[in-house]
Amino acid sequence: MRFGKLKQKTGIVHINKLWCKGCGFCVKYCPTGVLELSKEYNHKGYHPPYVKHADQCRLCKFCEVICPEFTIYVTDEEEENHSA
Amino acid sequence: MNAPMTDEERFRKENPMSEFLRMERMPHIWCPGCGIGTVVNSFAEALKKSDLDMDKVAVVSGIGCTGRVAGYMKFDSLHTTHGRAIPVATGLKLANPDMKVVVVSGDGDLTGIGGNHFIHAARRNMDITVICVNNFTYGMTGGQVTPTTPTKANASTTPYGNYEYPFSLPFLADACGATYVARWTSLHARNITNSISEALKHKGFSFIEVITPCTTLYARRNRLGDGLDALQYYHDDSEIVHGADTREVDIEFQSKIKMGTFVHREKPTYLEAVNTHYANVIGDEYQLYGKTTPEREAEKKAQEQANQGSK
Amino acid sequence: MRKVAADPKGVDSGSHFMDGDHALAEGALAAGCRFFAGYPITPSTEVAERFAERCPHVGGLFIQMEDEIASIAALIGGAWGGQKVMTVTSGPGFSLMMENIGLAVMTETPMVICNVQRCGPSTGLPTLTAQQDMMQVRWGSQGDYRIIALSPDSPQECFDLAIEAFNLSETYRVPVFIMTDETVGHMHEKVVVPPAEQIEVLDRNWYTGPKEDYRPYDFTGNLPAPMVKAGDGYRFHTTGLTHDERGYPAGSVEVHKKLLDHLIGKIDNNVDKISKTEDSGLGDAEVVVISYGITSRIAAKAIADGRKAGIKVGAMRLITVWPLCENRIREIASKVKGIVVPEINMGQVVLEVERVVGGRCKVISVPHAGGAVHDPEVILDAIKEAVK
Ligand SMILES: Cc1ncc(C[n+]2csc(CCOP(=O)(O)OP(=O)(O)O)c2C)c(N)n1
Ligand code: SF4
Ligand code: SF4
Ligand code: SF4
Ligand SMILES: [Mg+2]
Repeated sequence: MRFGKLKQKTGIVHINKLWCKGCGFCVKYCPTGVLELSKEYNHKGYHPPYVKHADQCRLCKFCEVICPEFTIYVTDEEEENHSA
Repeated sequence: MNAPMTDEERFRKENPMSEFLRMERMPHIWCPGCGIGTVVNSFAEALKKSDLDMDKVAVVSGIGCTGRVAGYMKFDSLHTTHGRAIPVATGLKLANPDMKVVVVSGDGDLTGIGGNHFIHAARRNMDITVICVNNFTYGMTGGQVTPTTPTKANASTTPYGNYEYPFSLPFLADACGATYVARWTSLHARNITNSISEALKHKGFSFIEVITPCTTLYARRNRLGDGLDALQYYHDDSEIVHGADTREVDIEFQSKIKMGTFVHREKPTYLEAVNTHYANVIGDEYQLYGKTTPEREAEKKAQEQANQGSK
Repeated sequence: MRKVAADPKGVDSGSHFMDGDHALAEGALAAGCRFFAGYPITPSTEVAERFAERCPHVGGLFIQMEDEIASIAALIGGAWGGQKVMTVTSGPGFSLMMENIGLAVMTETPMVICNVQRCGPSTGLPTLTAQQDMMQVRWGSQGDYRIIALSPDSPQECFDLAIEAFNLSETYRVPVFIMTDETVGHMHEKVVVPPAEQIEVLDRNWYTGPKEDYRPYDFTGNLPAPMVKAGDGYRFHTTGLTHDERGYPAGSVEVHKKLLDHLIGKIDNNVDKISKTEDSGLGDAEVVVISYGITSRIAAKAIADGRKAGIKVGAMRLITVWPLCENRIREIASKVKGIVVPEINMGQVVLEVERVVGGRCKVISVPHAGGAVHDPEVILDAIKEAVK
């Protein structure tokens, strides 16, 4: 999606599976359906999410704020690439 | 393309929340689907956006699940006794007026055992921000009835349903003199952040109620499902009514939740009232706290050096 | 710790005729206390009133809180905010403060709490004197801990001990109590307030090292860690939960023992430095009267009469009641026939004296149900009994 010269922002989702308690908030309230709960268990026995549609992430960071476990954060793909 | 997975240590360090949270204390004690963490995130977002000096922010909590917030946030922080966060915050603010003091505590803590402090801090327009995580229950002690539990709801000490009349907290705060009053649910994280931003800028007693799921106790006892079901309820049955008459925002069991900024008015804060009053009555001589001994000595020294320099 | 001269702004130098309550407020101001939170209660209210009147002139803040729980809670916030803080109350208010006294002990928060004792239990004889809260101050909050309690016997000493109390609370990071009573509180006498430069006050022991190394607690030595105040960028955490030296909750039996050993050790291992008594006639004494506060002045009459009657009787006045100077009492007990302990309660401090004496000599309690001071004759009778 392009708006004139404005490039749609894309985010990179960082998930720390260890602290996830599988509440599903991030999955359900991601506006573009980027995430899905995985089948695998973490060491606490919860199903952490994984990034299913990475290219769909619009860097809105809603998953970051809604996650009660502080276990997701999202960075700007462009910045990541520049700094890399 | 898969997002890079970081190991725990790197995650602690690189998480942008590490500026606001004591990451070394994570993971926290809250249950799956509990909304307290979301409120903490929303608060941190507001701090991130503010132009406050982060060293001048203090977080004070009482006792309860929500009471643990002070211990997780990386600010000057006091985890106090049950119900007493507001008077401790009051003391801190009055002793050190440069501080931005924020109380984060539970419904039981703030309006049950601590109700007296709540109403008087609001009455005085004490310049503090109070964030109440209202989960309609005493979470930490196992789901007992609180002053906000809706009539009919089940709690461990009202096992046949609640027959008491609950407080409507925005109405209580408004009636007592709070100068900023807002309510959101924990689903409305962006709105919570905006309200906290406004509250941090506001001078005087600001109060933000966040309706939040207690999945383990309140939700389970009342057969309301899990955290996702709670957020679904907030999504389906909430309504934004900015400026609503606070007499009309009470919440019945699983009823519609009116939310928004209900009160936003200007009134001199407690300290402003003290200072203006004494400046009038006492005159120029009046100066709150004056100078501390080291400050005075430093000044004297600087003065002496300046004098020597001019000789 | 830095000794500094008192801030002249708070020192009303000169000779005054004032009651003990007013003298307490003056002492606190001289000690550098600029933050007072309280709630009115007879017979302590005059302290708050004096503070309220003087505050705006010395740059201090007085706030009448909604109750005594709020008052002491505000002190905890005020102290971490960087101020020297004080409150005052009497029995019923003192009972309300108990939980947060424990929080102050646990968080090692310096503060001064005055209890102008009145007669209980409950509302009792609200306007009349007593010394009935001496065990409550020692044990009133839940759990095991130590505090420091001083007991003035005159308005002059109310002034002097207020300064001492602040200095002790800064040194040991512990709530210090001034356990006075209605009689001393309302008694008018000459009070001499020295010039500011002659009053030694202790500045808070401020931490000045690097931020990364800051720890709000230190459980290793016999003294507490230096303090910081909110806003200085140290991002301290403090909690009433069992905590480690970072101030973080640490719910283990091992950490708890370390913490408790520290809270208790910093007082117990410094008893000789903390404890003060006023002694007379101990050299040849066969009987010693141990008393404190207003009762010492009544005992003085009985002791003088005893001496006139040829009894070798001495006196030990406890200026510091808690911690009790156990070694000195033991020493006396091994030399005399008896110890007499008059107090305006049904026998409180005497219980500790008996324990310490451990049968080395007779211990005679001279109780009083409260509402008045003893008749000196009753104390004299006990003295006579003790030498038998
Ligand atoms: C004086 C006192 N009474 C009772 C308790 C027990 N207690 C601990 S937390 C709590 C209830 C907390 O409920 P709330 O404030 O709503 O917080 P939540 O756990 O729901 O977040 C109670 C009653 C206590 N700690 N102190
Ligand atoms: S940042 Fe927004 S779009 Fe990207 S995964 Fe999170 S919620 Fe979805
Ligand atoms: S919101 Fe957080 S805790 Fe919940 S499933 Fe997503 S990552 Fe896990
Ligand atoms: S008991 Fe309730 S309030 Fe407490 S952490 Fe669990 S879900 Fe949250
Ligand atoms: Mg609650």
